[in-house]
Amino acid sequence: MALGIYITYRLLEISDLTVDGSFATGGCVCALLMVQGQSIAVCLLMALISGAIAGFVTGLLTTKFTIPPILAGILTQLGLYSINLRILGRAAQPVLKLPNIFTWAQSLVDMKLNTAIMWVGLALVLIIIVIMYWFFGTELGSALRATGSNEKMIRSLGVDTDGIKILGLMLANGLVGLSGALVCQTQGSGSISMGTGAIVIGLASIIIGEVVFSKVINFGLKLAGIVVGSCIYRIIIAFVLQMGLSTDDLKLFTALFVAICLYLPNIKGFIAGKSTKGGNAC
Amino acid sequence: MLDIKNLSKTFNPGTATENKVLDNVSLHINPGDFVTVIGGNGAGKSTILNMIAGVFPPDSGTIVLDGQDITNLKEHKRAHLIGRVFQDPLMGTCANMEIVENLALANRRGQKRTLKWGVTKEETEVFREKLKELDLGLETRLSDKAGLLSGGQRQALTLLMASLQKPKILLLDEHTAALDPKTAARVLALTVSIISDNNLTALMITHNMKDALKYGNRLIMMNDGKIVLDIDNEQKQKLTVNDLLQLFEQATGEELSNDRVLLSK
Ligand SMILES: Nc1ncnc2c1ncn2[C@@H]1O[C@H](COP(=O)(O)OP(=O)(O)OP(=O)(O)O)[C@@H](O)[C@H]1O
Ligand SMILES: [Mg+2]
Repeated sequence: MALGIYITYRLLEISDLTVDGSFATGGCVCALLMVQGQSIAVCLLMALISGAIAGFVTGLLTTKFTIPPILAGILTQLGLYSINLRILGRAAQPVLKLPNIFTWAQSLVDMKLNTAIMWVGLALVLIIIVIMYWFFGTELGSALRATGSNEKMIRSLGVDTDGIKILGLMLANGLVGLSGALVCQTQGSGSISMGTGAIVIGLASIIIGEVVFSKVINFGLKLAGIVVGSCIYRIIIAFVLQMGLSTDDLKLFTALFVAICLYLPNIKGFIAGKSTKGGNAC
Repeated sequence: MLDIKNLSKTFNPGTATENKVLDNVSLHINPGDFVTVIGGNGAGKSTILNMIAGVFPPDSGTIVLDGQDITNLKEHKRAHLIGRVFQDPLMGTCANMEIVENLALANRRGQKRTLKWGVTKEETEVFREKLKELDLGLETRLSDKAGLLSGGQRQALTLLMASLQKPKILLLDEHTAALDPKTAARVLALTVSIISDNNLTALMITHNMKDALKYGNRLIMMNDGKIVLDIDNEQKQKLTVNDLLQLFEQATGEELSNDRVLLSK
């Protein structure tokens, strides 16, 4: 999920709030199809596609209707809430006993469920990083990166920046939808509220990853850094829960934590170069 | 080559800030022409260039480039015809992408972006040779981020980018104005050689009347959204800056103060 958000937040420089909605949509679509007895591959694929459609809507709203990206994301997210409810027909859909990608992995190799979750997660992440690494090296991927960096310039070089933004939002939300589906299969249920705070968690992962791997230049390693960042985030959360933080306060803690993380690079810059105005562009 | 007919543009029509920026402008440019454009602040010079490039549409009039009516063509759809260098050195490149990536982006100007690799080995070699010709030592820094370059280096790079795919017309909007005099002179010399080597048709806005007289084979002066002077090569070579000021007064009935058109140097 964090990898998807990375596409919009870092590469396109759009703060895309669709993800809270598309994450839940991915989960809901997956849960519904599982209950209907569809194959695992179909469930995951449809979750990815439904997320991409959500991204497409946000993209259309920002580019063709010139609604500011943040607002466009909020609108899509809001609309998705109703749509998700329609998809599920209720607030939550348990899928505990149904076959999923993890049980499928268990059927291939004899292992515990948690071990299966870990290996499958790792494999998927690796596959996605490889695909992203390849894609952002292509002409199209370069054009997408350039759109985030200098939109006017790349338009003067003949790239349809509106189309590129829509594409970026689709890719990002497609990945987010897929993550929603995987979380649904891990937790054993899909619910309309499972996406709440997804964007914040994603941002936290990106920022932790970037702080920890601040020296890394290679794009593939950067992506890996984000995954590590999301793991570190999980560990921190588990740690504070162990320390006795109530789950009710968790969202407040997360919000504060991310706010501090977002502020952190500024402090660093401030300490590093008090006299140099502006700071680093990268 | 370029044929502009009765072009008009009013910004914010019907409001208190209504601003008639172009007033029925017509201009014909022949293939191989290198036209310098001067005029006071707000005369409408950048607006004409932006309109040729398709940044915003005209209210009325037509623009025909290389036989094709591009008046209402979207900016990215006419990009294959047009090369641009902006005033702000930050504008022409992607700061957080490598020099070679920037060149590769420009090398595909106007082409469909596919899933082929974004930078090929062969083109990297071509870029290296072309960078060597700039003589700025950039050929050894291909994988440096463009953001690390100085303003002059960036403008030189942007010029090279604009000429990789030979454009039907090259649009230069005060592209040396943000540079120190020495660097500006160097980038200007480079501009002239790129234009003549590639046989380009070019339109160059400058605030420096000396440069406007020295370079190119035709000079036009704008004032208040109109072209008030159009001077051919023969006449241009005889003129001095003072002659030009006098011609302006005759043409408009206004006095052109030296700070409205900068007489730097
Ligand atoms: N997008 C826009 N919206 C509203 N007004 C604009 C816009 N672009 C330009 N203008 C106005 O149009 C007028 C002409 O602008 P233009 O940039 O063409 O002048 P210029 O001749 O290039 O001047 P300068 O020498 O200062 O660059 C100015 O008054 C400017 O404020
Ligand atoms: Mg201007």
